[in-house]
Amino acid sequence: MSATDVYRAPTLSTEGALVERHWRDLAARRRLYTIGGLVFLLLALSGSLWFANETNAGKFFDRLPHIADFFVELKPRDWFDPVRALFDLPSPYDDGSLKFDYPEGRVYLTQGIYIPEYFYRMIETLNIALFSTLVGSTFGFLLCFLAASNITASRWLRFTTRRFLEIVRAFPEIVIAGFFLAIFSLGPIPAILAVSIHTVGALGKMFFEVVENADMKPDEGLRAVGANWVERVWFGIVPQVLPNFMSYFLLRFEINVRASTILGAVGAGGIGESLRLSISRGHEAKTIAIVFLLFCTIVAVDQFSAWLRQRLVGRQAFAYGRGE
Amino acid sequence: MNADAINDIAARHPEAFRRPLWKRYAAPFGVLLCILYTFYCWWFFSIGIVLEKANWNLAGAYLADWVSYEIRPDIEFKDDYLTIDYSRFSKLGSNPNPDWVIKQIAAIERRGDTAPAPAMATDKSSQGSFMAPGAPAAENPAPSPDKSVPAAPKTIREKAVVAATVVLGSGQIAITPNLVTVTRGAESVIFDIAKDRSVTPRTPLPYWIEQRKPGSTAYVSFGFLGRAEVQNDEVIAWRRFFGWANFVFDTNSPFWGKSFGEVASLIVSGERIDASRSNAALAWDNILYNAEWQHGDVWLKLLQTIVMAFVGTVLASIVAFPLAFLAARNITPSWMANQATKRFFDFLRSVDMLIWALFFTRGFGPGPLAGMSAIFFTDTGTLGKLYSEALENIDDKQREGIRSVGATPAMVQRYGVLPQVLPVFLSQSLYFWESNTRSATIIGAVGAGGIGLKLWEAMRTNTNWANVFYMVLLILLVVFIFDNISNYLRRKLMGTIGNGNNERPQRTPTRPLPAAQIA
Repeated sequence: MSATDVYRAPTLSTEGALVERHWRDLAARRRLYTIGGLVFLLLALSGSLWFANETNAGKFFDRLPHIADFFVELKPRDWFDPVRALFDLPSPYDDGSLKFDYPEGRVYLTQGIYIPEYFYRMIETLNIALFSTLVGSTFGFLLCFLAASNITASRWLRFTTRRFLEIVRAFPEIVIAGFFLAIFSLGPIPAILAVSIHTVGALGKMFFEVVENADMKPDEGLRAVGANWVERVWFGIVPQVLPNFMSYFLLRFEINVRASTILGAVGAGGIGESLRLSISRGHEAKTIAIVFLLFCTIVAVDQFSAWLRQRLVGRQAFAYGRGE
Repeated sequence: MNADAINDIAARHPEAFRRPLWKRYAAPFGVLLCILYTFYCWWFFSIGIVLEKANWNLAGAYLADWVSYEIRPDIEFKDDYLTIDYSRFSKLGSNPNPDWVIKQIAAIERRGDTAPAPAMATDKSSQGSFMAPGAPAAENPAPSPDKSVPAAPKTIREKAVVAATVVLGSGQIAITPNLVTVTRGAESVIFDIAKDRSVTPRTPLPYWIEQRKPGSTAYVSFGFLGRAEVQNDEVIAWRRFFGWANFVFDTNSPFWGKSFGEVASLIVSGERIDASRSNAALAWDNILYNAEWQHGDVWLKLLQTIVMAFVGTVLASIVAFPLAFLAARNITPSWMANQATKRFFDFLRSVDMLIWALFFTRGFGPGPLAGMSAIFFTDTGTLGKLYSEALENIDDKQREGIRSVGATPAMVQRYGVLPQVLPVFLSQSLYFWESNTRSATIIGAVGAGGIGLKLWEAMRTNTNWANVFYMVLLILLVVFIFDNISNYLRRKLMGTIGNGNNERPQRTPTRPLPAAQIA
């Protein structure tokens, strides 16, 4: 190869040209796939929108001017009335109807001290969420070790547990709630059962994935000194995974607060039921009070859980979606 | 290792041996707390009382209803004969004559002041099986009661059912106008019937028969096969059949009761049943508008649910995408813009999906538009939050590289940022698509469209548990399919990240996933 002082554009060897052509082909195909995918998505989206509009009770463009009806109808008599509704203070508009009977709902603890109705309902909803997260995570905890491939050697046991968790997870909560509603009649217990059963599946899956990623060295050490299965799990795996389990527990609690609110709205007690009743009866002040309370509670629960998770697992709690 | 070495280790790690009390007993303390809380909830929700009051027999019957159905012959005592009725919308069609109700017909003499019993067919029907019993009305003409009603009371002779036997698997109920013999397995009990007065067993009752007070109605249980009530004026039997009755064609359809081969040959080469359209069109129409199963409506509502989840997630992703760039500290160096966008996301997320659903149901009217808008609003918040967190975690070196060769800001985003986050974004959106398919079912129940409301209504009637199960199976199927599609796409996407972990690209790392991914 002789040295030259004039710059020449590099010419490709035969093999190089082949590689170049191949690369161009691939790039073109990739672009084609991307465009094809986007076109498909667009078609599916517009088709779906058309379908949704066709089968909806009101048409999108007809109803657009009325979209804020919900809020327009929510204008209370005066802006202090929602506060009275929230704290069960007597209203000056009280005419004996259900609309302004705020003090009726007081839940007295002692002669003078009471919990306002909606706070009590909110506590009920939070209790439903917390209790069912507790029950669900207990069973999820017990089952997750049976589903983890590094702990349970038996293939069929693992398979059965995983399928069980999957079915329980995918089963619509509302059906479980509806079924138990038929047996127990109205009340929060169907909601607790529905949310718990769903939580078993959801947390069980998360838990066993954590367990499968645990460091197996402590387990090896325990096995070397002759520990049995329970001891291996309890001393080798559980201390490693517990912070993550707690973190998932808290995340699940956040979700379950929302789920129990929705289940409440279809008849399972708690704040959801109060909200639905007050909306359907057209009680503005009560509705505003409940929406406000619900909003504050969800913000508070989210913030609290985020704070606690940060303490438990550090920055991991927020580093979502990265593959490291 | 001698004692000195051990003491030495202990001395070097005092923190391992002198831990604070609460840390040392954290586990038992936590368990104790959970137990105490359980007791509190037991009291708060009065779980004990509710469990005690619950109707557990009902639970069994409802569960059985998911996969089976009951047929109820109603045998009434007349003076010296019996009449057999089936409920009006019986699963057996308009003229049931099942072969498990054996009738004995004889000529009787009676005064003609009441309508006579239509003595149907032969004593034992020969056509039809248990699952597709009976035959079209034309083959089996029953004497119309109207024709034989005499003008004046007089003694007439005619055929009527004088005894009937209802067979329930190994058990049976033999009925005559004043004597009922109930047999289950080897045991049998004879009841004397004093019409309109009392039901009296001749022998002590076994555990499977209950009579709440002497002379009153006797409740007979045959286990899964059915049950019966022996009353002083009639015997009602419920016989349970495994399976879903009339799943394809309802009893009004001309194809009802025909075997698959018969239906197929009718569709392919049969004469037109309805002159205006082909048999295939008629059959399809009959399936869609099956009165008991409402296939057409169920499928439409299911499609609505799917569409709600799909459109909601796609729109939320599209809107959250640019907003996330605004919210990310490292992309938009303006504290105001970051905070405003992030608080906006928090607002969308914290107004519960339920409230959004109620709000849009009021706005758009019940239907999928309301549901998809609710999902869209909630998930714009959640996805925006997740996206912006992913953006804040990117590797800055690539951006620097692109910037150093003089790229415009837009180019920096396109080539320095997007390749890092796009797979993550898409993967998050796919997770949400999947989980929204489930949540769309629930918000449907408050009126936001889709199968939720249909499911809820079917459950509230307490009689359509088979329909509920049918819908649940459809939902499970859809969730299963989407789960797999989303998993497949995610795996392909994660392959493009190339995190050097090619052996197990799908393993979830040991860190929590965002909230909605657990859903």
